[in-house]
Amino acid sequence: MIRRGLDRLLGRGEGRADSRTVYVGHGAWSPAQPFTPPRYCDNRIVSSKYTLWNFLPKNLFEQFRRIANFYFLIIFLVQVIVDTPTSPVTSGLPLFFVITVTAIKQGFEDWLRHKADNEVNKYPVTVLDGGRSTRKESEKIRVGDVVEVLEDETFPCDLVLLQSSRDDGTCYVTTASLDGESNHKTHYTVPDIETDLLLLNATLECEQPQPDLYKFVGRMYIRREGQEPAVRSLGPENLLLKGATLKNTSKISGVAVYTGMETKMALNYQGKSQKRSVVEKSINCFLVVYLCILLSKALVCTTLKYVWQRQPGQDEPWYNQKTQKEKDTDLYLKMFTDFLSFMVLFNFIIPVSMYVTVEMQKFLGSSFITWDRDFYDPQIQEGALVNTSDLNEELGQVEHVFTDKTGTLTQNNMEFIECCIDGFQYKYGNCASELDGFCVEDGPVNKLQRKAGREREELFLRALCLCHTVQVKEPGPGLGPVDQVDAARAVEERGFIASSPDEVALVKGAMRFGFSFLGLDCMKMKIQNRNKEIEEYDLLHVLNFDPVRRRMSVIVKSEAGETLLFCKGADVSIFPRVREEEVMRIRTHVERNATEGYRTLCVAYKKLSTEAFAQADASLREARLALQDREEKLLNIYDQLETGMNLIGATAVEDRLQEEATVTMEALQNAGMKVWVLTGDKMETAKSTCYACRLFQRRTELLELTVRTLEAGGQKCEGRLHELLLDYHRRAVQDAPPAKGGVSRSWSSAVQDYGFIIDGATLSLLLKPPSSRYTSLFLEICQNCAAVLCCRMAPLQKAQIVRLVKNTKGSPITLSVGDGANDVSMILEAHVGIGIKGNEGRQAVRNSDYAVPKLKHLRKLLLGHGHLYYVRIAQLVQYFFYKNLCFILPQFLYQFFCGYSQQPLYDAAYLMMYNICFTSMPILAYSLFEQHICIEILMDNAILYREVARNASLRWGPFLHWTALGIYQGLLFFFGVHCLFRNPALQDNGQVYGNWSFGTIVFTVMVFTVTLKLALDTRHWTWINHLVIWGSLAFYVFFSFFWGGIIWPFLKQQRLYFVFANLLSSVSAWLVIILLILLSLLPEVLLVVLRKPRASHIQQLKMRSSARKHRDFLSNTGVI
Amino acid sequence: MKSQQAANRPDNTAFTQQRLPAWQPMLSAHFVIPGFLLIGMAFIGIGVALYITSQNIQVLEKDYTGTGQYTACSECADMQTIPCICNVTFSLTTLFTGPVFLYYGLSNYYQNYRKYQVSRDDVQLWGDVTKSPADACAPYQYIDNKPIAPCGSIANSMFNDTFSLYQIINGTMKLVPLDGKGIAWWTDYNIKFRNPSAQGSLQDAFNGTMKPVNWSKPAYELNPSDMNDNGFLNQDFLVWMRTAALPDFQKLYRRITSGDYALGLPPGDYVLQIEYNYAVKDFGRKKVVFSNVTWMGGKNEFLGVAYIVVGSLCLVMSVVMLVVYAKYKFADENA
Repeated sequence: MIRRGLDRLLGRGEGRADSRTVYVGHGAWSPAQPFTPPRYCDNRIVSSKYTLWNFLPKNLFEQFRRIANFYFLIIFLVQVIVDTPTSPVTSGLPLFFVITVTAIKQGFEDWLRHKADNEVNKYPVTVLDGGRSTRKESEKIRVGDVVEVLEDETFPCDLVLLQSSRDDGTCYVTTASLDGESNHKTHYTVPDIETDLLLLNATLECEQPQPDLYKFVGRMYIRREGQEPAVRSLGPENLLLKGATLKNTSKISGVAVYTGMETKMALNYQGKSQKRSVVEKSINCFLVVYLCILLSKALVCTTLKYVWQRQPGQDEPWYNQKTQKEKDTDLYLKMFTDFLSFMVLFNFIIPVSMYVTVEMQKFLGSSFITWDRDFYDPQIQEGALVNTSDLNEELGQVEHVFTDKTGTLTQNNMEFIECCIDGFQYKYGNCASELDGFCVEDGPVNKLQRKAGREREELFLRALCLCHTVQVKEPGPGLGPVDQVDAARAVEERGFIASSPDEVALVKGAMRFGFSFLGLDCMKMKIQNRNKEIEEYDLLHVLNFDPVRRRMSVIVKSEAGETLLFCKGADVSIFPRVREEEVMRIRTHVERNATEGYRTLCVAYKKLSTEAFAQADASLREARLALQDREEKLLNIYDQLETGMNLIGATAVEDRLQEEATVTMEALQNAGMKVWVLTGDKMETAKSTCYACRLFQRRTELLELTVRTLEAGGQKCEGRLHELLLDYHRRAVQDAPPAKGGVSRSWSSAVQDYGFIIDGATLSLLLKPPSSRYTSLFLEICQNCAAVLCCRMAPLQKAQIVRLVKNTKGSPITLSVGDGANDVSMILEAHVGIGIKGNEGRQAVRNSDYAVPKLKHLRKLLLGHGHLYYVRIAQLVQYFFYKNLCFILPQFLYQFFCGYSQQPLYDAAYLMMYNICFTSMPILAYSLFEQHICIEILMDNAILYREVARNASLRWGPFLHWTALGIYQGLLFFFGVHCLFRNPALQDNGQVYGNWSFGTIVFTVMVFTVTLKLALDTRHWTWINHLVIWGSLAFYVFFSFFWGGIIWPFLKQQRLYFVFANLLSSVSAWLVIILLILLSLLPEVLLVVLRKPRASHIQQLKMRSSARKHRDFLSNTGVI
Repeated sequence: MKSQQAANRPDNTAFTQQRLPAWQPMLSAHFVIPGFLLIGMAFIGIGVALYITSQNIQVLEKDYTGTGQYTACSECADMQTIPCICNVTFSLTTLFTGPVFLYYGLSNYYQNYRKYQVSRDDVQLWGDVTKSPADACAPYQYIDNKPIAPCGSIANSMFNDTFSLYQIINGTMKLVPLDGKGIAWWTDYNIKFRNPSAQGSLQDAFNGTMKPVNWSKPAYELNPSDMNDNGFLNQDFLVWMRTAALPDFQKLYRRITSGDYALGLPPGDYVLQIEYNYAVKDFGRKKVVFSNVTWMGGKNEFLGVAYIVVGSLCLVMSVVMLVVYAKYKFADENA
């Protein structure tokens, strides 16, 4: 990122601001001019963060930027420098451990990225070098190299097409992995290029790299001996983008113009930034609170110490003389070191081990996602993939879902569903007995006349067969000549290529009804009719599709000599151009189909008289040759031609949804998430998909903010935008019924549902700096809409939208889900990025945080895993702070009874082991296995997701509750034992206990209480929980015996020698331990029992599905 | 094909699928209310037993600092005459049941002061006097470059008042035998502390070391009457070295277990003769305590009271819960 920016800056500085010059094949422009190849970046894609040599410093720097790590480093240094009550090892060792583990983890992840990069960078490509074609690694391509690409290969960099194996100088590519459009696009070679590229001496001037996929401006100077250089202009149709795939063309050659990180694909990437979860932010917040507690504790103790010492006889009693050095030390320096000593003594309140445990929980916890068999897809034979384990809990906090359409919501697999001819509905399939497989359902107009005339049917089907730009795939080498009868089947086997998948669907649909398109040969379209006869039509003109007209037409001449114009297009663009009564018959069909989520197209035709055609033909030819305003002129003629047509019928094509897409979307919406569909696709397609997956419903009122609505007013775009926004805002926000009390507005089911539609062009208008005040209006409207659809989005715009929502008030958690390279930027931008392991390459998967095979898996991922992980980590965090508060509080209180001398209450071993061994495993097990509500119930009741929404368990309320509990227990531990020690003779032989016995009793009570508190909270006791909870208590007892049972030669003081064993020989000690444990847990037990009525509905849910759970359980135990 | 499929497919184990059989306890009122009732009753029972036991323990405390409201030993309080002997008299009207334990108590004495607390050398106390004492012992590490044994503040400040108890029978003073054995932890005496070993006497073993500054006698002469009670293994020394938890503490001095007093101190007049050496009047007080002990140790009413309170609390809670639960159930049935 930085380097790129720097390059650009430098580039400007050197004055090569606007364009770059590329020497094709590195040929010198002229022998006279010395050839100095400009330096461009190489063709290496770098997504990794570290290299071998900068790993250590960079990683350490990154790690110590973390507030907690830095804090521990400071504590460690203080311990090394100042004379403190505990040794530096107690904090140095854990810190070292944490840093090492994290470094290893991050190093491993980066190594994986290196591997993935290498896969791309080392991919072999063919480069023409001085007449020989050599194999090279992809990363070694330089700007100016002539690269050869074969069919189905991906372009290794951005190329200008020089030569194609096709005769017409075209090639077909699919940019599915770039912008999600999986259709074939036609690209053209630069005109007038020598067939032998060796002889080509040309330079190429083009603009500096920029991320817009659809823009490219350049010029090519072709030099021939003794001639003025010929200039050819270059446009996006000449540019082949890295990441796109060559289709239906056996070989092309092109010259590399942008390489590596300067390709349009790479520029559409965003820099990887470390994603931090909300929980981590909460942790940091709590950390600051605890830091304040720590500082104030140290401050209080220091102050009190010096106040206390001022009393006579307290500073230096005869029995506790100071050394000479201590006497000489400056008072203020002493105060300062005392302060630091207190800090060190209490520093355990902020546990290093929490970070280790959180990291471990995340790392291990994410394996459960990988291991989940429900995420396994037998088709691609893969399960879920976890790229970042840092965000597990974020899955339980999602408020906005941004989903890609193509390949994510839909399978991008169009299918012909039904058609309607003259108001009669024809559906293929379910009643095969009907003649020709043509089946009639009840026509809505007239039940008596159930079928349109055969003539009309055939006209309609011919129209479907003729009105398109579909091509038949060229026969493979294995296929011999086919006889006429089988032609149709052979064609179908070979498959079709079209710029839009629904055209293929229509052609295939017509084929099922008996009319097959056999191909285009020398401008003759061949079709086979129901009687297996071949009909031929001369293709005279194609009036191409464009998004403004939203229709396309062909003009053909039949064998009978008739000139016909067939037109198909969106209903709104056809209806005004046909007769009203025809529209009446079809409209209801079309509208119903549209709300069912089908793409509807209307088909019309018109007979052209010879004169009319001659005139049209002439004007079309003229317009095509026009140099100025060509587009406009053509549009005018199209407009004139496509009038006064006859409507024949309408078709309904389904963009097949992914499995369970509707259910999934419904579940997400029930869970309180707002679903946004962001797609690069056309609005119609996207809208129908939204209908199909119930994001928009029949009663949904659509608020449209697109180029079309902006232009409709006839005013300036800006003004119209302003007007519309205000209007929509009034309708959706101001007039919306006020939310019911308690329920946040976004959750209330408004009486009137709104859906919002916006397109890319309008969005960029909206986001332009001067009109940025609109964005808040826009977001407010979107907040009140059931679903938002953004169509015609460039990849970066998708990210822009995500960023916009992400940065609104309350910073809601966003989730992006997509499958193509065009979704990468939004996946990277969102809090959580989900990749779908679709057919469009692995880009999205590689850049995602989580990848699942299918959209439907999102439901379990969010509602099941996400919810559980959130609850688990929230408990983990709160519990850690709590247990360290009640760990350190007695130590703090002890200072009041030991002359503020920083005397630790617990032995060093206990201080160190408390967080590492005695109390860490139960909470880790809890945070891995807890299911307070089992997954099935969570998935069936999406509404439960709202219970943890907006970080519910880590807000200040619960935090205060835990803190209060910690303080209560800490006070109890200390003063309980303190009361007991008013008479330290606790044994029946009259012997007395010392300070280490005191500390050990407190510590024992604490370990048991804290562990049992967790046991109380555990709702799901697997054998692991049992093992770990009872095991760590047993381990504590065992360790205490062991630690106190041996004279340890490496210890300076044998403080705990036999303390624990001696303790257990006292009945009073036993009794006080039991008493204090019970008393400190009493409020918790009460709370759990009294809170039950509120949690009753969960219990009811549990009851409901208990039968099924029982069954599951049985079947599982059976399997094991 | 099949095997390849199996390779990628996650294992279908209960663990990986998060379907481990689990016990899902719900803390329901059915379980909690009787539980609380039981615990409450048990606690009250224990509490009553503790309380009665504690009440039956006899304690006799005598402050002998010699300043303030207690005037015993006031003649010695200024620490002018050394040694200064003073008497504390008391009379018993009933039998002080034995075995009677004699404690000394110090108040506002910070044995748990950190610098004080670490000022010892456990290696030295384990019998190695040849090594140089730990730095923590400073300023009681060396005298004239000779190591102090035992070094450090704790040892240096060892309590050195001595007590002897007499019963006055018909005007004559009858010595009550005080037993100084077994007042320190068994492990301290037998394992944790060791005398330095050397050819010859204990004195030879301490050769080359200095006695602590405040001590009147070297370590090997602490108890002239019992050879096994000297050096680092002197019981009083061991008791002192186990530092107290709180600034007001008492430590075991002697037991009265033998002779005529094995069953306790019979009613009568007693004189406690104190050799007053230990200066505390600048910061605190000192006292002597006679007490007998039971299975729960010395007198401590806290435990008994606490148990009774917590037990009653549990009973009250169970009643409250019963009410709440009945109400909730009632509402639930209506709904």
